[in-house]
Amino acid sequence: MWIRNVVFLGLVVGGIALLTWQLFPEEIPQHAPRFQAETLRDHSFQETLQRVNAAFRKDWAENGVIPAPRAPDLQIARRISLGLTGSIPSLQEIRQFEAHGPEDRIAWWTQGLLEDRRYADYVAERLTRAYVGTEDGPFVFFRRRRFRHWISDQLLANRPYDGMVREMIAGRGLWTDNPAVNFISFTIDPPNQKGPDPDRLGARVARAFLGIRLDCAQCHDHPFQDWKQSDFQGLAAFFARTKHGFAGIYDANKGVYESEERKTLAKYVVPPTVPYSPELRPKEGTWREQLAAWVTSPGNPYFAQATVNRFWAILFGKPLVEPVDDIYAAERRPEALEILAEDFRRHGHDIRRLIQLIVNTEVFQLDSAADHELTDLHDKLWAAFPLTRLRPEQVVGSIVQASSPETIGADSHIFTQLLKFINENDFVKRYGDSNGEDEFAPGHSTIPQRLLMMNGEIVHERTRPGLFAGSTRVAMMAPTDEKAVEIVFLTVLTRRPTEEETAYYVRRLRGEVPEDVLPKDEAEAARFKAQAIPDRNGRFQDLYCTLINLTEFSWNH
Amino acid sequence: MEPLIRPHPHRTGWVISRRSFLGTAGLAGLNWLTPVGELLARAAEDLPKGEPAYSVILLWMQGGPSQLETFDPHPGTRIGGETKAIRTRAKDIQLADGLERLAEHTDCLAVIRSMISKEGDHERATMMMKTGYRPDPTTTYPSLGAIICHELPVGKTEIPRHISILPGPWPSRGGFLGAEFDAFLTYDPLQKVPDVTPRVSPPRDLLRYRDMEIAEKTFAKGRGSRVEETLHRHSVQSARTMITTEQLKAFDVTLEPLSLRREYGDTPFGRACLAARRLIEVGVRCVEVTLDGWDTHAENHSLTAGRKEILDPAFSALLKDLKDRDLLRKTIVVWAGEFGRTPNINPLGGRDHWPKGFSVALAGGPIRGGIVLGATDPEGKKEPDRPVTVGDLHATILTAVGLNPRRENISPIGRPIRLADGEPIRDLLT
Repeated sequence: MWIRNVVFLGLVVGGIALLTWQLFPEEIPQHAPRFQAETLRDHSFQETLQRVNAAFRKDWAENGVIPAPRAPDLQIARRISLGLTGSIPSLQEIRQFEAHGPEDRIAWWTQGLLEDRRYADYVAERLTRAYVGTEDGPFVFFRRRRFRHWISDQLLANRPYDGMVREMIAGRGLWTDNPAVNFISFTIDPPNQKGPDPDRLGARVARAFLGIRLDCAQCHDHPFQDWKQSDFQGLAAFFARTKHGFAGIYDANKGVYESEERKTLAKYVVPPTVPYSPELRPKEGTWREQLAAWVTSPGNPYFAQATVNRFWAILFGKPLVEPVDDIYAAERRPEALEILAEDFRRHGHDIRRLIQLIVNTEVFQLDSAADHELTDLHDKLWAAFPLTRLRPEQVVGSIVQASSPETIGADSHIFTQLLKFINENDFVKRYGDSNGEDEFAPGHSTIPQRLLMMNGEIVHERTRPGLFAGSTRVAMMAPTDEKAVEIVFLTVLTRRPTEEETAYYVRRLRGEVPEDVLPKDEAEAARFKAQAIPDRNGRFQDLYCTLINLTEFSWNH
Repeated sequence: MEPLIRPHPHRTGWVISRRSFLGTAGLAGLNWLTPVGELLARAAEDLPKGEPAYSVILLWMQGGPSQLETFDPHPGTRIGGETKAIRTRAKDIQLADGLERLAEHTDCLAVIRSMISKEGDHERATMMMKTGYRPDPTTTYPSLGAIICHELPVGKTEIPRHISILPGPWPSRGGFLGAEFDAFLTYDPLQKVPDVTPRVSPPRDLLRYRDMEIAEKTFAKGRGSRVEETLHRHSVQSARTMITTEQLKAFDVTLEPLSLRREYGDTPFGRACLAARRLIEVGVRCVEVTLDGWDTHAENHSLTAGRKEILDPAFSALLKDLKDRDLLRKTIVVWAGEFGRTPNINPLGGRDHWPKGFSVALAGGPIRGGIVLGATDPEGKKEPDRPVTVGDLHATILTAVGLNPRRENISPIGRPIRLADGEPIRDLLT
């Protein structure tokens, strides 16, 4: 009998030790990624970085703008984590980050995330939206999840981006078998018994891969850009022989794109033509192969620029040139766009390198606050980090992460992931996904969002007291209340509290109530206190809920 | 009390700063319609003399209801199937059988039998009917309810003014007007309204709110007006107003007499229609109520009969209730789905998608009652007589709530976009 007791006690003690250790580890496990410091010391990498920094500095000097100071490292880590994995860093990750030497911490940390499935999955969803939009697409002919998994695999393998795009434009086969062709099969229109739609495909290729909105020229010459209707039709015509059958997407030997003369209604054939730089189009291959080669040719300036702009947007929450898929129309294109695009072209369309470049620029590491006044000009010239609203997935990802000291992601227990998946979808619906495709358009907080965060199920469930709840574990194991406040701040806001904050929240954790909310009458005040102050675990839950509802939590900064 | 939803404070500024030329053009587009200009423009257009309505209730038939089994029966023809026509209070309007109660109220109904749309896919057609524009990747158009809330003043309403009860997969959204014009989503009125009940005692909830102050102060430091511009704290404030307002009771249909609730029908849709009436009473501008299940690719006849058993009591009770309270004068009721169904009956006894001649019904406000507009071919071959586009339908409803459909909003890329791409149908307005 006593053996059972000893075993039981042993388990309890061991369990508590383990839980404590996760919150206050003595030694930080350095499961360091294969960090390639050489890449960063590489001459060309540093040169590009210097050129980008110099370009922004020149803009600031010319406009007499004093930039914000450099942001604290943890704040930069939060941005990178939100941009690449869709959630804030876990306490565990923060500890690892801080244990690494300060000199190349940001690059080291970024490298680690770039080899993490969380990065591949999250960014794949962002790219899927750019490629096929938010519509569900035709049932049977379109497998969104498969398409996303395929993109995720490409990202994890760091496949050169031009190859990936060529496969989407020119790929053949079944959407289930060769997921890249979902880009094509997405436009099949079963209710009208139509195959892949050249108009939609032409428009997609221009927007998603070149940052050009040719769609406006679909029905008429573009009202305020140089595009002609014939440019649009010429591009669409490349897909005139793209068909679908039992073997999936294939290229027929025959087929033409027909248009109608508006006045006489006479039909005429439009041959496939590119809207600019015809010399980059090869003579060989199917029409789609020719188009794919032209789009991704190093001589085509817009391909690399559009890619840079999109990844910039994913990391900053705001594209370098707005809107994200209309670069051509922009009045002003910051010099940095072409500097980064040139580097991207020259170094094999390497997405990881591009991301490392962006996060290591001076502008990415600027604070969003300053001691001097920040004006609209600061926003325009990237002289301070922009405040951008987080996407619903980022908010829910962060809630789930904030409620657990350990990193939740690809390596977590399957149950945790399942829970994350179910909760997320429901949450995203109620939080309100961005309207349409431009997920980087500026926006605001809304009332339903606030209601969901204040009274909704997820925040309540994830913060409520319980044996394994993050909040309760901190409540039970923090050596002092000051330490406890610090841990909660780190897990929720990825920063340490100010002295004033520590003092206030420690008093609240001890059950004190600020005088100004108490009713004047003493008996009423007592009644108020009795209802307002839960037990210690409940007070920890209140602290989590308070911090999760802050502007700071729901916005990238 | 601060307004719950206020006009977009930055959008125009944002457009101007980004694209100054178009921005200025855009501003001009907004400014030429000053109140006086607006009045003159209206006088010139000879808009209807009937008083404009205040609210719109959209009864949304998700899936695409068959016109032949509802508002456009063709009994005794090849395309008509087994459906019979019934006589109604208005001598010009015949309805399909199964809508006997609604037949009592056709004197206030205007039936359009010649709606045409260009979209045959559920999602795209839903977008088209709700926004009045074909979906287009360059712009996300706002739905009718969002436009109306954006254009018309807030008044004393402390709950969202745009609400979708029993939302389908594509509820009405704010589009380029902003997410603050999205419909607030709520479900069967017997369930609690989502997220408006604090999870903890009121004093504890108040303290959580008070506790935000100090950390918000830290965050605001050095960020100036950038933090205010997020509207975060403003939304928190409005959300707190909403959860404490008496107006929340408008969602609670159990406060209505049992006899009235029975008239609407003991179904989620019936209850939602009753809630819609209660909501417009506290000043809500637009309520969308969804009844799904109209996608009858097989066994069309029996499936639509089942839908009508739910629709008939709810729709007719809503009209009667609004009339009894003298609210129909101030409220437009719209019955519509994303498209109609094929005249041909397929081998499974179903009807497929058909955007080339389907029905929409309107009632209330300055809408003329007891009339039919347009007609479909009894053989299902020819185009309908007097076709009505989705843009015309939108222009008519906007006119009926006192808005000029030609007014323009500026999309984020600086393109001027009319409130509706069509002209109001004079014959439908008094």
